Amino acid sequence: MKTTGTRRRAGSVISDMAIVMEHVSKSYTQGVPALNDVTLHINKGEFVFIVGDSGSGKSTLIKLLLRELLPTSGRVIVNGTDVIRLRRRQIPKFRRSLGVVFQDFRLLKDRNVYENVAFAQRIIQKPNREIRKNVPSILSTVGLAGKYKARPKQLSGGEQQRVALARALVNKPQILLADEPTGNLDPKNSWDIMNLLEKINNNGTTVLVVTHNREIVNAMQKRVITMKKGIIVSDEEKGGYIDED
Amino acid sequence: MRINTLFYCIWQGIRNIFKNKWFTLASVATISACLFLFGLFYSILTNFQHMVRNAEQGLCVSALLDAGMSDERVAEIRGMIVLRTEVSQVEYVSAEETWMQFAEENNFGDISIFTENPLEDCAHFDIYLNDVSMQSTLVSYLESIEGVRKVNQSFLTAQALTGVNAIIGYVSIGIIVILFLVSIFLISNTVSIGISVRKEEIQIMKYIGATDFFTRAPFVIEGMVIGVIGSFIPLIGVYFIYNEAMMYVVKRFPSLSQLLAFLPVETVFTNLVPVCIGLGVGIGFIGSFTTVRKHLSV
Ligand SMILES: Nc1ncnc2c1ncn2[C@@H]1O[C@H](COP(=O)(O)OP(=O)(O)O)[C@@H](O)[C@H]1O
Ligand SMILES: [Mg+2]
Repeated sequence: MKTTGTRRRAGSVISDMAIVMEHVSKSYTQGVPALNDVTLHINKGEFVFIVGDSGSGKSTLIKLLLRELLPTSGRVIVNGTDVIRLRRRQIPKFRRSLGVVFQDFRLLKDRNVYENVAFAQRIIQKPNREIRKNVPSILSTVGLAGKYKARPKQLSGGEQQRVALARALVNKPQILLADEPTGNLDPKNSWDIMNLLEKINNNGTTVLVVTHNREIVNAMQKRVITMKKGIIVSDEEKGGYIDED
Repeated sequence: MRINTLFYCIWQGIRNIFKNKWFTLASVATISACLFLFGLFYSILTNFQHMVRNAEQGLCVSALLDAGMSDERVAEIRGMIVLRTEVSQVEYVSAEETWMQFAEENNFGDISIFTENPLEDCAHFDIYLNDVSMQSTLVSYLESIEGVRKVNQSFLTAQALTGVNAIIGYVSIGIIVILFLVSIFLISNTVSIGISVRKEEIQIMKYIGATDFFTRAPFVIEGMVIGVIGSFIPLIGVYFIYNEAMMYVVKRFPSLSQLLAFLPVETVFTNLVPVCIGLGVGIGFIGSFTTVRKHLSV
């Protein structure tokens, strides 16, 4: 099956969906919009790749879901929350239902692995007793149990991304957003991260991954959304990486 | 908020101070420099005011009375003068006392050779004012009293002192405004040095879902601690300089010791210490609070 633009899974209601975007446009300045009338539905528990050229609007889409940006027009609903209607002071609580990782890891350089992950728990005011239980547990999930004392500088790229992943997951988010998580990694580490993401997805978390990694996208046989110049040009179940031309 | 979280924020704030050594150093230096100038200026200003007030209080108007006035009339005139609001103190000096004082001041030695008082008509009131600017009003009032022969004003004119007071007022306002502007400029510069480091950290915190309060707390605590440190250093500096300067002036210009009545350092510091610490903490608080705010909208 191959469709473009709107697609809604049979039997789903909007409030049941993880992510709903309807006729969403976003312009940074006057001129070409970064997103142009994008409509997108993602069910709870799905694993979705977003691919597309550089500048096609993938990161802009992620930022709209995080409520870092507001759309110029359209509706964005995440976990049943209308993102546009959120008040400023409601944003932190909203973000706690999302986990996010980036290409550049964004770890706190002056803190060790344990503190980087514990940080996410401190923000939601978990008592120390629980932090001491949860952090080692998630670190062993991502395969870093032995490195909790290391500083980010002392870790490989793959390890740093796993720390970032552990931080994103420790608060048990319903949705995980990953913006080019393997962009700085070698093939071996890229596969490790992707396998972790799949494992996380198998435990029920909705996962949305922006990537350029053709080989992995083709091999994993997941839903693939392809973007070009701010438009969704293809949305395929068990899709592959679409070549230019 | 959990007590746990509060301790975490305080701990992070203190940690930041050691973590960003150069930022801390620059901020402490900036605040210290501003408060040092403020402290010096404040010390000079309060001493100046103190000296002017001293001079004012020493300022007196003498009202000479007709010779041979009755005690009743003297008491009556005294009563009239005391009632004036600008008058702080009235002393009656009889003709005999005036003569004795005069002889003593001029080293006449044995005055028993004088058979009669050469200053028989010099019984007078010494009148001290609590407001020198009212001197001329008082003088014309005194001249209107029957039995007052002549009124002598002080050699230091009232006008001069009133002028000095006004100048001190203007100069202090001017210097305080300049210091304020300079310190704001310096501090905003210093704060922006540290921004790049913090920008990333603040962004990460916001992505994870930290509230503005939680994001801000460590930075604000850091700013306030820097403010406290930045106010102690200049206070210590001013304390030593004050004592040294006072001793130097007293040694160098002993003849002026009467006019240059310095305030003891403790008196100056009773006000200076809380004001300085308050300013330091305030500057630290405002500086860090506003810097973080710029980066909170992630
Ligand atoms: N902060 C910004 N200000 C102005 N234009 C921006 C900004 N961020 C992205 N853009 C523009 O929006 C378009 C989409 O960018 P982005 O979403 O980052 O694409 P991608 O992540 O797919 O590479 C690009 O043309 C980019 O130049
Ligand atoms: Mg991008």
